[in-house]
Amino acid sequence: MTTLAAATRTRTKPIIQIQDVVKKFGDFTAVNGVSLTINQGELFSLLGGSGCGKSTLLRMIAGFEEPTSGRILIDGQDISGLAPYERPVNMMFQSYALFPHMTVEQNIAFGLKQDGLPKAEIKKRVAEMLELVELGRFAKRKPQQLSGGQRQRVALARSLAKRPKVLLLDEPLSALDKKLRERTQLELVDIQEELDVTFVMVTHDQEEAMTMSTRVAVMDAGEIIQIDNPHAMYEYPNSRFVAEFFGSVNMFEGVLDEDEADYVTIQSPEISSRIYVSHGIAARQGQTVWVAVRPEKVFIGRQAPDVTDNVDQGTVTDIVYLGGISTYMVTLDSGKVVRVTVPNITRQAQADITWEDRVWIHWNPESCVVVTQ
Amino acid sequence: MTHVRPEEQAREPGAVGVPEAEEGVRARRMTGHVSRWMSRRLRIGGRGLVIAIPYVWLLLFFLLPFAIVFKISFAEYRLGLPPYTALVEWAEGTYLRIQLAIGNYQFLLEDPLYVEAYLGSLKMATVSTILTLLVGYPMAYAIAKARPSTRNMLLLLVILPFWTSFLIRVYAWIGILKSNGLLNNFLMWTGIINEPLPLLYNEFSVYLGITYSYLPFMILPLYANLEKLDRSLLEAAADLGAKPWKAFLTVTLPLSVPGIVAGSLLVFIPAVGEFVIPDLLGGPETLMIGRVLWSEFFNNRDWPVASAVAIAMLVLLVVPIMLFQHYQARDAKKES
Repeated sequence: MTTLAAATRTRTKPIIQIQDVVKKFGDFTAVNGVSLTINQGELFSLLGGSGCGKSTLLRMIAGFEEPTSGRILIDGQDISGLAPYERPVNMMFQSYALFPHMTVEQNIAFGLKQDGLPKAEIKKRVAEMLELVELGRFAKRKPQQLSGGQRQRVALARSLAKRPKVLLLDEPLSALDKKLRERTQLELVDIQEELDVTFVMVTHDQEEAMTMSTRVAVMDAGEIIQIDNPHAMYEYPNSRFVAEFFGSVNMFEGVLDEDEADYVTIQSPEISSRIYVSHGIAARQGQTVWVAVRPEKVFIGRQAPDVTDNVDQGTVTDIVYLGGISTYMVTLDSGKVVRVTVPNITRQAQADITWEDRVWIHWNPESCVVVTQ
Repeated sequence: MTHVRPEEQAREPGAVGVPEAEEGVRARRMTGHVSRWMSRRLRIGGRGLVIAIPYVWLLLFFLLPFAIVFKISFAEYRLGLPPYTALVEWAEGTYLRIQLAIGNYQFLLEDPLYVEAYLGSLKMATVSTILTLLVGYPMAYAIAKARPSTRNMLLLLVILPFWTSFLIRVYAWIGILKSNGLLNNFLMWTGIINEPLPLLYNEFSVYLGITYSYLPFMILPLYANLEKLDRSLLEAAADLGAKPWKAFLTVTLPLSVPGIVAGSLLVFIPAVGEFVIPDLLGGPETLMIGRVLWSEFFNNRDWPVASAVAIAMLVLLVVPIMLFQHYQARDAKKES
């Protein structure tokens, strides 16, 4: 809910502009010609697998790496060549990088001391930060006397204490267990909205990116594949990579048959019926395309549905019960395995469908997306 | 282990009073018991044995010699062999007489020579340790910062001098520092000086010798510490606005204190008792306890006083170190 609220606010003043940035380590190109603009007050996520260049990009914004070519502007100012300690950004490290020889208080005060703020001001700001992350009781403790979750909050407080224009977060929640991570995701979003600081977050966890971000950039092999808000990214992926990376998806490979302005049809050897999509796409007839259907948009039943398109028959080969939902793996006669998720509305929901049952699957023409790459 | 128990119970009554006829049985039982005891020991052993080796080593080569020296320090000087009186002897063949002479220790306090030599040693060791630290820290830092491939080469260079005998290396300094030695000749040749500088046989040469000889002992523990330093801590410091020099002072330096302490102890302790370097490179005014000890032992042949000097030196060194470690352990405990 928080995410939607943040998304609806209009964010148009650019705070970070990345222009054609390339970073090479020897022969290896870690970041390959990335351009993107992040607006004031956004919670922007760089999402991708390990080695996709997302962390390198973040480290270039922080100043720990210099771009091989291209420019990075913060608030309109070119920061190339500025040392990390001269940049108006702060970073929260994946390992937290808390100073082990300092107390929580001293850790938070560290950045303020570097700025030479008066003692009273430092004290006030530290108290504010401790209150923000609810760690007042632990002010005098050393980092190793804290739990993982508490350390994470100290790291957050320390990086926010200087009131940076932009906070960079490198996998901020990866060291926390699942329960704590989910709670902290929402807390981070609340803090971000409260302080109205721009957050740029690196993560490999698409759920995390989806829960927290106003916009997400999906990266692969040093390049940005798609930039969008989480909703659009999920519903309208621009490529197989994004569709598959962002949540799970059923992908049918086929050939574009009828190419009309308001609908297209696709023939796929993986499904016996025709695939009918109720919107036009930018592709030529006869071109190979992929149809992506999310598992929750596929219907499953024992009776044949009253449709002729987007339908097939198969055998249930596996059922995964997840409490809230159940996932059915249906092997079509073509051998294609289709994943179908169904909410468990009643306690006995779908109890009649079981292993080795013959079932029908189908989906609505507006439920699928066609991607061409 | 349980099967030993009946054997033990069987032995108990036998040990109290055994009839003549059972004598043989008892003997056999005893040997059986001993072997079983051995095997039980050994079975506990495996691991115990590994732990035992250092203990046996310490016992044989530290505690035992120490006890002997400690004993001699309470004896009195006499002409003959051994050159000291016995502590425990049969007086007139009837009773044991134990004679402890604490006079040696009193003597150490009374004669200013010893106190001065102690203080001289402490001063020498302190200054040398500081010098070694000042030279060694940047070197250790540079090695830790170097690329991994270069790092091993640099470490090898640090250890390389050990391949030549310590004594020869100290002698080599004489060749360099003496009036018509390498250094003076070079300086005179360049015209910087007109007459040789007094580089040898003074405190300067001793400091130089100790710093040179003990440098690896400072560098290695410091390197081990600095190499472990989490790079992201320095990045965090820079990110929070600390310039490199400030980051060094506020992060690297405090976190390397354990390395500084370890290196300093490794230099300070042997430097206090150092004999070879002050003897070869030092002048007559270089008063160090190692030299006093040597002359007490070999020139005066006064073993008891020499032993007392050794014991006093040990106490003077060990007590502060133990206190230090005690407080450090307590701090570490408080932190975890």
